Amino acid sequence: MSASLLAVDGLTRTFGSLVVLSKLDLTVEAGQIHAIIGPNGAGKTTFFNLVTGALAADSGHISFDGRQIDGLPAYRRTALGICRTFQNIRLFGSMTVLDNVLLGLHCRTHGGLLFPLLGVPFRPAKAEALARERAHEILELVGLALRARQAAIELPYGEQRRLEIARALASAPKLLLLDEPSAGMNTQETLELEVLIEQVNRRGVTILLIEHKMSLVMKLSRTVTVLNFGQKIAEGPPALVQRDPRVVEAYLGTE
Amino acid sequence: MLSDHTVSILIFAGIDVIMALSFYLPASAGQLSAGQGGFMALGAYTAAYLTVQYGVPFPIALAAGGMIGGLVGLAVGFPALRLRGLYLVLVTFGFGEMVRVLFLNAPAFGGPGGFAGIPPATTVWHVLGLLIVLVYFFTRLSGSRMGRAFAALRDDEAAAEAMGVNSTYVKLAAFTAGGVIAGLGGALYAHYTLFIDPEAFGVGRSLFVMLYAVFGGLASFWGAVVGASILSVLPELLRWVKDWREIFYGVLVLVMMLVRPQGLLDPALLARLSLRGERVAARG
Repeated sequence: MSASLLAVDGLTRTFGSLVVLSKLDLTVEAGQIHAIIGPNGAGKTTFFNLVTGALAADSGHISFDGRQIDGLPAYRRTALGICRTFQNIRLFGSMTVLDNVLLGLHCRTHGGLLFPLLGVPFRPAKAEALARERAHEILELVGLALRARQAAIELPYGEQRRLEIARALASAPKLLLLDEPSAGMNTQETLELEVLIEQVNRRGVTILLIEHKMSLVMKLSRTVTVLNFGQKIAEGPPALVQRDPRVVEAYLGTE
Repeated sequence: MLSDHTVSILIFAGIDVIMALSFYLPASAGQLSAGQGGFMALGAYTAAYLTVQYGVPFPIALAAGGMIGGLVGLAVGFPALRLRGLYLVLVTFGFGEMVRVLFLNAPAFGGPGGFAGIPPATTVWHVLGLLIVLVYFFTRLSGSRMGRAFAALRDDEAAAEAMGVNSTYVKLAAFTAGGVIAGLGGALYAHYTLFIDPEAFGVGRSLFVMLYAVFGGLASFWGAVVGASILSVLPELLRWVKDWREIFYGVLVLVMMLVRPQGLLDPALLARLSLRGERVAARG
């Protein structure tokens, strides 16, 4: 058995009187592709928000890479190696494709506000040149190298999703959280996405995937966790989970 | 040589550009300040007090003005961390008023009667020199790590945080730097007008500074430069309409904002200009 990268223990979050996530225990093993599925409103995205630090948990603990990360702000968690994409694409609209990826490198590069005044005039700083090189490599990987100088919002939908992945990869995550990466994609784009996710995983990035397309979940993931009304109702290899009566009930209802 | 009149137009226009840039910097990180007049006042009074009371050399007084502007910018940045948009505008507006009233009630600084007897020190070269440094800084900033963090914060703060940007740090840095620039602008102003009073740095000043940058367009710092230059020199060009001057000025600004609400230099125009620049460079 491999070591766990992310361990969540009794995680609970409420919005007013609505319990969105209730005492969730979950372990993600290093190197895996782990899928989280469940009907709308099951608490999947809230779970991502709690892990990345966008929201604070009411109770429970999260440890990452052997370290308790409760209460750490989002940017610190990114620096530790947790990064995500968003369900409703949230690229930086005023920036180019390349700049979006470069922004992802923020926590892996240095240079404060006075940095622009230092260095040789009229020549980009060395650190900046290195960052650009790295950003181009990542764009190459996701197949957007030729788009580098375009405005991010000009890209077609499927490519915007790939750019979100590229931006997250730039932060060199150990754990990458993908929130419905195939949403709105056609069959061809979904197939390309599948290849990309496998490629990223093979580079040693552990992946936590929220996904509605079962074909993708079945092919990619080794473990599936099923959430319903904020609780874990099943967990295991995809083939087993798919046949679990509680899962069938959650999706289709009972007679 | 330039006439005194031309020199004074250039110096005031230059200071207006400096002030517009002091507004643009935090604005480029999504932090709208309606209190840049307050930072300008702090820089002006600090520098003037040092040269008048202690005979401090002008460059040192100038640096002190910028430093005080920056320190107070940092202090204002903290309460501003929790505020956004219109609320931030109101708080910074309140700050500007606070500074004005503070100097109004400070006998050591002349109170409402103003602070006179400041030695003449600011030349057109000082203003031009600072402008060159600022333009250099802003050109390099846009292609730098912090420049991108500013833009990301303005576009989507939560996404920027998720991508590893420490938004607290970036906002404070933006406010501090805006305060430094406005403080320097104030110090230059005081040593050219030789007399300052709190009313020179009130709401009107803060709003005009904001107008310059918005008029020019917030897509690039060039917007602040162009907007402040045009609007600052415009009253001179409108002398021929005499009493109608201010009305003309107002109507021109109004028409411009109706026709181009995104400012003179919008992203499309900037893209065209930079493409042309590259084509010229490729040919040459």
